Amino acid sequence: MTILKVTGLTKRFGATDVLRGIDLEVARGERIAILGASGSGKSTLLRCLNFMERPGGGTIALDGEVLGREGRTAERIYRESELIQVRQRVGMVFQQFNLFPHMTAIGNVMEGLRTVRGMAKPEAEARARKELARVGLAEKADTYPAHLSGGQKQRVAIARALAMDPEMLLFDEPTSALDPELVGEVLAVILALAEEGRTMLLVTHELGFAYHVATRIIFLADGAIHEQGTPDEVLKNPKKERTRAFLASHKQFSF
Amino acid sequence: MRWDFASVFDNTDALLVGAAGTLRIFAICLVLGLSLGLLVGLGRYSRNRWLHIPATVFVEFFRNTPVLVQILWFYFALPILLPFQISPLVAASLGISLNSAAFSAEIYRGGIQSIETGQWDGARALGMRWGQAMRRIILPQALKRMLPALTNRAIEIFKMSTLASAVAYVELLQQGKLIASLNYNPIEAYTAVAVIFFVFLWPLVQFSYFLERRLRRDE
Repeated sequence: MTILKVTGLTKRFGATDVLRGIDLEVARGERIAILGASGSGKSTLLRCLNFMERPGGGTIALDGEVLGREGRTAERIYRESELIQVRQRVGMVFQQFNLFPHMTAIGNVMEGLRTVRGMAKPEAEARARKELARVGLAEKADTYPAHLSGGQKQRVAIARALAMDPEMLLFDEPTSALDPELVGEVLAVILALAEEGRTMLLVTHELGFAYHVATRIIFLADGAIHEQGTPDEVLKNPKKERTRAFLASHKQFSF
Repeated sequence: MRWDFASVFDNTDALLVGAAGTLRIFAICLVLGLSLGLLVGLGRYSRNRWLHIPATVFVEFFRNTPVLVQILWFYFALPILLPFQISPLVAASLGISLNSAAFSAEIYRGGIQSIETGQWDGARALGMRWGQAMRRIILPQALKRMLPALTNRAIEIFKMSTLASAVAYVELLQQGKLIASLNYNPIEAYTAVAVIFFVFLWPLVQFSYFLERRLRRDE
């Protein structure tokens, strides 16, 4: 069953076309790893999916419902309230964590429940504890982000996204800002979520991890989908020359 | 020459009335100046020109005209243009508050702009509205960075209250002048006024240091 359908998505920053017509259909339970060189548009694609960036053109449909309405230009018109609904259904985890430094770990996880959902404090706190336990950080509930390691910060950020019960999770290079020895703990958490059958889109440079966790690999080049298929197809038997070159340049580090 | 503070102590009552007047106008201008400043600062921060342009005009006008002239203008000129009288308290409060709003607006704008865009991303990704993100995520962090500058504004507001004596509002300096002219003791009278200001302001500054330390507990 399709949860997300993207049609002809474009985005331009100034004079640069970052996305040039992306068509993408995501089924419930699918785990898609998006690969590509820097500047290929993979982060921008992810950020368009929960409208952190407004798409320049094309449509995005969530659960069969096309978002926004047509305007006078190619860019559709979105209501703020509509986007707020979408963002609650599509959680996001960032490369730089973006934890709120003035709140403890549990404060961070409770924040969306309290402010956005209007949940009562005891209820939100119980839920937040559950999510922190899930990422293995129950004992760090009252610690401020400044006293957490990078890996712990990212796990809190994942708990924060999970607390909102998203139907789909977007991971934007979740381990790229981490020291190498901290990457494993974050990947383990993401793997556990994958095993629960959650729908997720993951921009990553960890090819080995993508191979194990993803059900589909998308290779992006110049703002378009250059090649896609199962991990075996794309990572082991790439058909296109650019995919092969990209994989070759990463292999010396990944395998 | 001999210092004779007895003539000042004889007028303790007058000084107490003055101190009450100073505290009253300080409280009014602190609340009005800093809250109006936040609104104007948000306008300055806004990319909507219908908010940005009026806020900028406000800031530039009140930042580049002397408070004393504003107070005199509100007291003497405004009643000619409008069909009602304005009390010294209202005239002085308007002048000081609007001036403080203009200066603090720039502090707020700078503080808000200094917060990393990732904080906005984190808040918006949870589904927060602009106002929720501002109130819960951006302002609390900005406030911590702005506290030293806002403390300076508060001190400035306290001292600017003496300008209200220009329209004969009863505050410390006005009472000091009165005591000096009745007893021919300007040295003692004005020294006493200065000391009283210090006695009020020093604890205020200590309190702001305490606040800064408290806000730093997340580090």
